[in-house]
Amino acid sequence: MDMNEIKEIFFQECEEQLAELESGLLRLNDGDRDPETVNAVFRAVHSIKGGAGAFGLDDLVSFAHVFETTLDCVRSNKLEPTQDVLKVMLKSADVLADLTNVARDGGSVDQARSAQLIRELDALAKGEAPPQAAAVVAAPKPVAAATPAPVANDQGFMPVAFSFDDFGGEDEPLMEIPVYEITFKPKSELYSKGNEAALLLRDLSRLGEMSIHCNMDDLPPLDQMDPETAYFSWKVSIKTDKGEDAIRSVFEFAEWDCELDISSVDSGEDSGPAGDELPMQPVPFDLSALDDELEVPLGVVEEEEQIAAAETASNVVQLSAATARGADKGAAAAVAAAQNNAQQAASAAAQTIRVDLDRVDRLINLVGELVINQAMLSQSVIENDSNGVSSINMGLEELQQLTREIQDSVMAIRAQPVKPVFQRMARTVREIADITGKSVRLVTEGENTEVDKTVIDKLAEPLTHMIRNAVDHGLEMPEKRLAAGKSAEGTVKLTAKHRSGRIVIELSDDGAGINREKVRQKAIDNDLIAADANLSDEEIDNLIFHAGFSTADKVSDLSGRGVGMDVVKRSIQALGGRINISSRPGHGSVFTMSLPLTLAVLDGMVVTVAGQTLVVPLTAIVETLQPDAAAVHSFGATQRLISIRNSFCPLVDVGRILNFRATQANPVEGVALLVESEGGGQRALMVDAIQGQRQVVIKSLEANYTHVPGIAAATILGDGRVALILDVDAVVSASRGNPLHLESLAAAG
Amino acid sequence: MTVLAKNLTNKARELIAFRIQDQEFCVNVMSVREIRGWTPAMPMPHSPSYMLGVINLRGAVLSIVDLSARLGMKPAEPTVRHVIIVTQVKSRIVGLLVESVSDILTISDEDIQPTPDMSSEFERTFARGVLAIDGRMICLMDLEAVFPHTESEAA
Repeated sequence: MDMNEIKEIFFQECEEQLAELESGLLRLNDGDRDPETVNAVFRAVHSIKGGAGAFGLDDLVSFAHVFETTLDCVRSNKLEPTQDVLKVMLKSADVLADLTNVARDGGSVDQARSAQLIRELDALAKGEAPPQAAAVVAAPKPVAAATPAPVANDQGFMPVAFSFDDFGGEDEPLMEIPVYEITFKPKSELYSKGNEAALLLRDLSRLGEMSIHCNMDDLPPLDQMDPETAYFSWKVSIKTDKGEDAIRSVFEFAEWDCELDISSVDSGEDSGPAGDELPMQPVPFDLSALDDELEVPLGVVEEEEQIAAAETASNVVQLSAATARGADKGAAAAVAAAQNNAQQAASAAAQTIRVDLDRVDRLINLVGELVINQAMLSQSVIENDSNGVSSINMGLEELQQLTREIQDSVMAIRAQPVKPVFQRMARTVREIADITGKSVRLVTEGENTEVDKTVIDKLAEPLTHMIRNAVDHGLEMPEKRLAAGKSAEGTVKLTAKHRSGRIVIELSDDGAGINREKVRQKAIDNDLIAADANLSDEEIDNLIFHAGFSTADKVSDLSGRGVGMDVVKRSIQALGGRINISSRPGHGSVFTMSLPLTLAVLDGMVVTVAGQTLVVPLTAIVETLQPDAAAVHSFGATQRLISIRNSFCPLVDVGRILNFRATQANPVEGVALLVESEGGGQRALMVDAIQGQRQVVIKSLEANYTHVPGIAAATILGDGRVALILDVDAVVSASRGNPLHLESLAAAG
Repeated sequence: MTVLAKNLTNKARELIAFRIQDQEFCVNVMSVREIRGWTPAMPMPHSPSYMLGVINLRGAVLSIVDLSARLGMKPAEPTVRHVIIVTQVKSRIVGLLVESVSDILTISDEDIQPTPDMSSEFERTFARGVLAIDGRMICLMDLEAVFPHTESEAA
């Protein structure tokens, strides 16, 4: 593992953490008040900060630190997570994501924006905490009640970036150096993450005069000892004027993986019994069952109360456990539940592995090959065996089923839920709502619908664009909505579901719908349609997929980029997908995309051209027709047009374009495939015959050869022969007089 | 793995010798993946004349070069007796159509004689050296020169 690989893993984890962060914040935004949600959000930011610190990504660290501080106020109930607070936090999450991307890919981040957010976060953290916050600090009980049952992976105990001047000895005129008692009990995770207790203690010793006592009571006999487990704990008494924050910062990256308890002792007395007992306070239920998983939330009690609370600490635990799980249940039940959660979490984590995509791709290729081979084998057995030996046939049938199952399972390895892409859209919605001054709510459904990773990677761009479009063009301004008797807040709904072997993604808005009159007028202005053309509503709606079409009255930040829905349509088609629109004026629009579940296969029309087998992607084909002599018209020296329902469409001779034959084919003897191509123009591709429709496995030509003009890729047919997949756009463009580029091959020849 | 590293070492090396129209050539065995019989190839549009097309090699699309045409000789008329030598240069795999595989040779670097100085494109481009084995002359080929170059390789 070199540094770059480790860094790459860090960034991958960052992505997960950022997704976790955003979904947590969104849950909070919807009114979720589960402290575990707050903790998850906090942990996400904290882990990013930790990793970024390790790689020296200072910008990321400093922003995450401020963010974390504010989140901590929420965690400790000093800050109410209101909508306004969450708005700032969601924006901060976006900035954190930007900073992460910049750290990974270079570039620059909007400094003004992050500075602004740092100010806002700071203000929130320092903000007028509600009056009861003081009471929280002063009294352990309410805090304990607010901090629910100890949850396995949470310490209930965090550095609070507050000034402790009010509590510490620092404001006493005669500076007595305060003494702190620290109990530090590492969990095995601490060591497995490469931390080292000795180093932490050494760092601690730099803060002041220190005495350490190591507690080895838990150490089992050697033969029962698990070398991966943490058995030791330490009690440290340190005299330092650096303050509690300095002590905490020593343990900053270890705090999730240890039990830590810090309390100040009046330096006037030596460590009295209270101070002594406190950290190791036995709690009156069986902790041994917990395998170091349960945290005793002593830490929420501020240091002032520590000594006084020493005797009540156990009560605090019981109380909080009881309040969280319902007073009728005993603490033991809570403990069991906590333990359960921890085990579930642990087992869930143990059941995923990261696998290099290349390995999976290799497996997919091999399985594809297995399927072809199996087909060839069956074919040759059938051809050579007229008697039909049943045992061989049975074996072959079983083999066929097995290969199919293997293929499905391998494909499933690469399948991933669309959730991350959908989550990214939430940010897009927020940003555009901000720019346009509209109030928008994004609702997502079917986030767990799975589709091949390659498809997911290519989905974000068209989706982002459509979301922009829905918010910018689809939804009305709040006052307009109110006037129309709708709620001021517009809703954009994004859903995903499987349907007949494809994934269908729907994006709907409850906006004004498509203004057909305006679209029509614009199409006439742009000479897309004749002024007297008689178009159905659907046809008008579909006009927005034409290039350079935008119906926003004025050029906003979002529109006017020269990128329109035509680009969306192209990118969906490039994925082998289709997109449709339906709209009801006043009620909004629905865009429906249907995509293949994988880019490894495509639905193709298998055709013959000059004795060669070619595959034309089905998504490009509008219809097939048998030209009759009367419909074909010569046009100039070489051009021919075919009349289809009174409009003329250029004929493209695929065999000629690909140099498969020197002379033009007779259209009447062949079949014409009517295709949609880039720029929206229709062309009729001439082929000799259609063999049928088939799902074919896509094989790269570039891998071992080079890009071939007019050819998108290759595939292997059931009989083991190679067939080329036609690049319809390139062929059509060649027919327009842009010869296929031959530079690489010409140089080679 | 290139055919012959420029810095020739004194290790014994194994070569595979093959025949094209009464001439013998050889390539380093390390760059040979496998040897298989001829199967008809799917012609590629707009490809140079020596590119016979592509065949299916266990799921990968393999392009086939008619080595005789590539070397400027008479184009081959492939039959079932012809052989495809599947070679790999860098990350690309290409099949070479030859008439037959004649030999596997073990030689040391001293056995390789420099190409005689002739002003043909052939020796400047494709020949790395010649070997005298049992009175036969075998030409050591530069595989990289055989492969059509692509932009990716130029980088």
